[in-house]
Amino acid sequence: MQRRVSIGLATILIVCALWYAATAMFGIIPPGRFPSPAETWSALVHVSGRGYGGGDLTMHVYNSLRLVVMGFLFAIATGVPLGLLMGWSRKAEAFINPIFLIIRPIPPLAWIPLAILWLGLGDAAKIMVIWFSAFVPSVINTFAGVRNIDRPVLEAAYMLGMPKIRFVSEVLIPGASPMIFTGLRLSLQASWTTLVAAELVGAFYGIGRVLNVAQQDLYPGMILVGMIAVAILGWGTTRVLGMAEARALRWNTAALAAKG
Amino acid sequence: MNRQISFTQSILLGFLGLACFLGFWQGMSMSGLVSEIFLPSPVEVYERFMTLLDRRFAGATLPGHLAASFQRFAYGFLLAAAIGIPLGLLMGWYQLLDEIVSPLFDALRFVAPIAWVPFAALWFGTGIGGPIMIIFAGAFPPCVINAYRGAKFVDPRLIEAANMLGTPSRRVIMEVLLPSSVPSIISGLRVSAGLGWQSLVGAELIVASAGVGYMMVQGQANIQTHTVMAGMVAIGLVGLALDSALRGLERYIQKRRGLDH
Repeated sequence: MQRRVSIGLATILIVCALWYAATAMFGIIPPGRFPSPAETWSALVHVSGRGYGGGDLTMHVYNSLRLVVMGFLFAIATGVPLGLLMGWSRKAEAFINPIFLIIRPIPPLAWIPLAILWLGLGDAAKIMVIWFSAFVPSVINTFAGVRNIDRPVLEAAYMLGMPKIRFVSEVLIPGASPMIFTGLRLSLQASWTTLVAAELVGAFYGIGRVLNVAQQDLYPGMILVGMIAVAILGWGTTRVLGMAEARALRWNTAALAAKG
Repeated sequence: MNRQISFTQSILLGFLGLACFLGFWQGMSMSGLVSEIFLPSPVEVYERFMTLLDRRFAGATLPGHLAASFQRFAYGFLLAAAIGIPLGLLMGWYQLLDEIVSPLFDALRFVAPIAWVPFAALWFGTGIGGPIMIIFAGAFPPCVINAYRGAKFVDPRLIEAANMLGTPSRRVIMEVLLPSSVPSIISGLRVSAGLGWQSLVGAELIVASAGVGYMMVQGQANIQTHTVMAGMVAIGLVGLALDSALRGLERYIQKRRGLDH
C-alpha cells in the first residue's frame, strides 16, 4: 500500500511538472490550446473574484449542486418505490416492464431538446432530465435487489404473518439496500453527466454555463477550471453517498461479524 | 416472493401496460389539454418518422443523419477499444504500470465525458474530430476497467500450470491470459458502446452540423416536437441494435468456449 501511494504521488507530481514544462517553459503546447498552470490559476481567481458567465464560482457551483441534488432526490423518491413494487409483484413487473423496455434505450441526454421545448432553459428542464437519467438506474437496481433477497427470509416473514408496512420497511428495503446503493451510485454519475450536458446546451448559470462561455471566448484556462470543478463536485458527492451507504449498511457488516 | 403468474398472463399484462401508456399519450394530445405542438400523438410521431426517412430536414434525411452519427461513433468507439483494451490488459499484467496509471485514470474518471466538449471543439473542431474525442472520452474508461479486471483476475492456477510446464511468456500471454480475459473485455465493450453512443448524442446537441443530435436541436429551435421525438426514437433504435449486436457477440464467444450452460 505504501508503495502504491508513493508511486501515485510521484506520477501526479511528474505530470504536473510536464504540464508546466510543456506550456510555460518550452511552449510545446501553444497557449491557445491548453492553459499553463499560471493561466489556470488566474482564471480561477477571475471566476471566484469578479465572476464569469453571469456569476462567481460559488454561485455557479451552488446552482449546479442544487439542481443535481434535487433531481437525484426526486429520482430516488420515485424510482426506488417503483423498483420495490416491480420486484415484489410479478403482475406489476409484467405490466410496467414493456413500457420500460421501449423508453430505456433512449439515452438521458436525448431528452434535453424535449425538456427545453417543454420547460424552457430554466431549472425545471434540468431537473426533468436529471430525474430521468437517475430514475432508470434506481428502478433497475432496486428491482434486482428485491429479486436477490433469499427466499427463506421472505417465506419466514410471510409465515410469521408480518404486517405489510413492517414487511416493506424491515425486510424488503434492508434486503435490497446493497443493490439499491449500487443503483444510486450509477444514478449520481448519470446525474452529473446529464446536468453538465444540459447546461452546455443552454443555461443562465452553473458550471456547464461557465464551460460554454469559456468555449465561445476561447479561454482555455477557464475551460480547465470548469472541468476541475465538475470533477471535484462529482468526486465529493460520490464520497457523501459512500458515507451514507456505510452508515445505512452498518447492520450488514455487524450481522456478518456476529455470524463469523 | 409474490404469487407467480403464467406466461399468458404476463404477455397480456405487458400488452395492457403498453396500451395504457400509448392510450394515455394519445388521449393527452387529442384532448387538447396539452397543445399538439408540444405533445404530438404517437401516430403523428410515427408519421413524422416515416416522412423523415426520405424528406430532408436540417440538411439531410434521417438515414443521412444517422449515417453521419454512426460514422463518428464507429471511429470514436474503435479508437477507444484499440487504446483502452491493450492499456487495461497491460495494467493488469504489470503492477508498476498499474501503479503509475491508476491515479491519473482515477482523477480523470470523475470528469463527465461531456465536460470535454469545449476542449474537443478547441482542439479538433466541431466537424468530425471534436465529436470523436467526446465519444472516446465516454467509451474509453469501461474498456480500460474491464480489460484490467479480466487480466487481473485470471485464475492463478492456470498461470502456474503454464509456467510449470515451461511455457514461454509470450505464449502465456497469447494463450492463457488473453483468452481468459475475453468475456470481461466483451462486457466492457457493451458498456462502452452504450456510453459512447450517449456521449455522441450529447456532443451533437452542443457542437455539430450534421447527425441525429443536430437534427433534434434544429427541431427544437423550430418548435417541431414531432421531429425531436422522431429523433429520440431513431437514437433508441440504433442504441438497441448496437447493444443486441454486442450481446450476440458475447453469447457467441461464450458458446464457442464451452462456457454456455
